[in-house]
Amino acid sequence: MCLAIPSQVISIDKSKNTATVETLGVQREASLDLMQDEIKIGEYVLLHIGYIMSKIDKEDALESLKLYQQMIENMEDEEEYVDPLYKK
Amino acid sequence: MKKNMSIHSTKNSAFLINSFRDKNTILALAEKIVIESKKLPHDLYMMEVCGGHTHTLMKYGLTKLLPKNIHCIHGPGCPVCIMPKNRINQAYEIAMQKDVILLTLGDMLKVPGSKGSLQHARSLGAEIGFLYSPLQAIEVAQKNPNKKVVYFAIGFETTTPMTAALLQKAIELKINNLFFHINHVLVPPPLYTILDSKDTKVNSLIAPSHVSVITGSKIYEPIFEKYQIPIVVSGFEPVDMMQSILMLVQQVVNNTPKLEIQYSRVVNTNGNLKAQKLVKTFMETREEFQWRGLGNIPYSALRLKKEFAKYDAEIIFDSILSKENIQDNRACRCGDILRGIAKPLDCKVFGKSCTPQNPLGSCMVSSEGACAAYYKYGYTN
Repeated sequence: MCLAIPSQVISIDKSKNTATVETLGVQREASLDLMQDEIKIGEYVLLHIGYIMSKIDKEDALESLKLYQQMIENMEDEEEYVDPLYKK
Repeated sequence: MKKNMSIHSTKNSAFLINSFRDKNTILALAEKIVIESKKLPHDLYMMEVCGGHTHTLMKYGLTKLLPKNIHCIHGPGCPVCIMPKNRINQAYEIAMQKDVILLTLGDMLKVPGSKGSLQHARSLGAEIGFLYSPLQAIEVAQKNPNKKVVYFAIGFETTTPMTAALLQKAIELKINNLFFHINHVLVPPPLYTILDSKDTKVNSLIAPSHVSVITGSKIYEPIFEKYQIPIVVSGFEPVDMMQSILMLVQQVVNNTPKLEIQYSRVVNTNGNLKAQKLVKTFMETREEFQWRGLGNIPYSALRLKKEFAKYDAEIIFDSILSKENIQDNRACRCGDILRGIAKPLDCKVFGKSCTPQNPLGSCMVSSEGACAAYYKYGYTN
């Protein structure tokens, strides 16, 4: 019910205040009626029941991924401290 | 390094999603949680408020990766689960009118009221439609000028602005045959009910993702101030949830409870102000609303303001709507599960007389309910 999906803006129709967004290869129209910020083609947004509810900062998302990646690398360095019960 | 390179080379959202489900990342976070949890001064009872979080925990088997002193309590954040029977009965009664088309979202069609589910009403000839987006209600109303089209609006703060935007559009387009049966509910009031309850064990919260995109994290500030418990606004992906759990554990270990945002990709303090303004334009809080499993919680739901009465299905159909509250099934422990006192497996009817095909209680009804998630992902006695 509350799941919203990251989608990329493909095109914008200013007259209808809608955008065409692509979600995992599927394109559909979404309303911009709830958006306060201007959206540009190519940007990532969060789509929920036909409405774009916010932008997703792509840099932020990639930065989070980098942090997770670093965490894995750190974990590998600290391997001897890991409880063997939880080694998978 | 390979993975880092692929992060920078990707250009599509599919990759983003896949990374947040990366098994190695999840396991690395689990290991870190296990190490940190050894320093916990007491057991951690985390309530994941949102049904989507419950679903993620079960689907990816995350609860199995957690140490024994960390407990997941499945909260009241599934809008389908908490819908009381009397509201479903009202939808049923409206749908059974011969000149009506009733429209709704999600799993609402399957939820049993005391007269039957909306699916049952449909089998009796009622015109009931399931929408991908509330906006489709406009098309249905335009194509059926001789019918009363009723949008049975459900959901927390996430879906409420969409209902407000739909009403605004209907007014702009001068559509006079679209009506709203409003069942929008608010996240904070049931949290106070749960945290105030004497027997609750909940001592930390994983706050909802997309409710918070709309409201901002500020809606949890009064809760934090009152109870001084760790609160983390978490994303939906398994990696998000594991990172959020780690953040909660670290807050307790360091004795620094606070309100943090893990899901900073899309959540900030103030939220979507335009959406909040739209909701305030059209809706106000109700004095009372009966939650399935939790009972009456004052000021926990919304209704249309009086000036929009001509769009309000509760007023238009007032003469045919039953008003009395209906008690929950006594054998079912949904209320205790929502308060964090019981787990689905503690309920005697779980998986026996209560299954997703034949749900007795609210937690089994929607796929986001705690019992439905336990059932689907094979958590049995």
